[in-house]
Amino acid sequence: MRTILPYPLLFVSLVLMWLSLNRFSLGHLVLGSVIALLASAAMASLRPDKPQLKKIGSFARLLALVFYDIILSNLSVASQILNDRKGRRKPGFMTIPLEMTNPTGLAILAVLLTSTPGTAWLEYNSTESTLLIHILDLKNEEEWLELIKNRYERMLMEVFE
Amino acid sequence: MSYPDELPMWAALLVSFFLLLGAGLSLLGTVGFLRFKSFYERLHAPTLGTSWGTGGILTASMIFFTVTEGRPVFHEILIGIFVTVTTPVTLMLLARAALHRDRSENDPTVPSASILTKPGKTVIGD
Repeated sequence: MRTILPYPLLFVSLVLMWLSLNRFSLGHLVLGSVIALLASAAMASLRPDKPQLKKIGSFARLLALVFYDIILSNLSVASQILNDRKGRRKPGFMTIPLEMTNPTGLAILAVLLTSTPGTAWLEYNSTESTLLIHILDLKNEEEWLELIKNRYERMLMEVFE
Repeated sequence: MSYPDELPMWAALLVSFFLLLGAGLSLLGTVGFLRFKSFYERLHAPTLGTSWGTGGILTASMIFFTVTEGRPVFHEILIGIFVTVTTPVTLMLLARAALHRDRSENDPTVPSASILTKPGKTVIGD
């Protein structure tokens, strides 16, 4: 089983992607499965580190939370663009010490921080596990630290470590 | 094709709402480009377009084609996933290039590379 299907999750997602791009039919299911098998084999020959999704439930909870946060930060950045007056907004850089070292977890944190308007991931130092981000409105720095460390990082560590 | 005629009122309203939301947020993102003063602030403006700007237009498209074709159409989610996953690549590339340039010019408003080796949280205002 391991040798035929090295990445079951990748295989299932590729078949689902094939079926949603085409109409669902038995023919497309077979064709999609063959393509997904070939793609999984190609992926296996690259031998990436296999990410371990330990708790699917908390991952889904994290995605729901981020979805909500992205809506809120879209609204706040949109209003900041509309009433952009000098002195009302305090943009700035901020470093955050991270405890998470898992590469998949860090990659997902990078996606979360960049797709949430208002925060941008700039640089990560892997020897010191420190992250440099830029924040559009740094008025409440404790709140940002709380959000990234206690909400996102803790939940990601639960899922991947 | 007479798609718009087949569309019921509630669907037309929902589709227009999401379409205007997505287009409006993308437009605001470009306005932010004009208004923000520093490069790092301008990094935040286009993320409006890549999050709910795209999201709104994709949701409108999903509702429109699901109603007019009478079957669930959701492959737009794939576009959303790919846009979300690839945005950080270009954004980090641009940000790190800017950081590198500003540091080599000894710009005092930009944190130096040594800041990442200090323990604890540090905040630097612009």
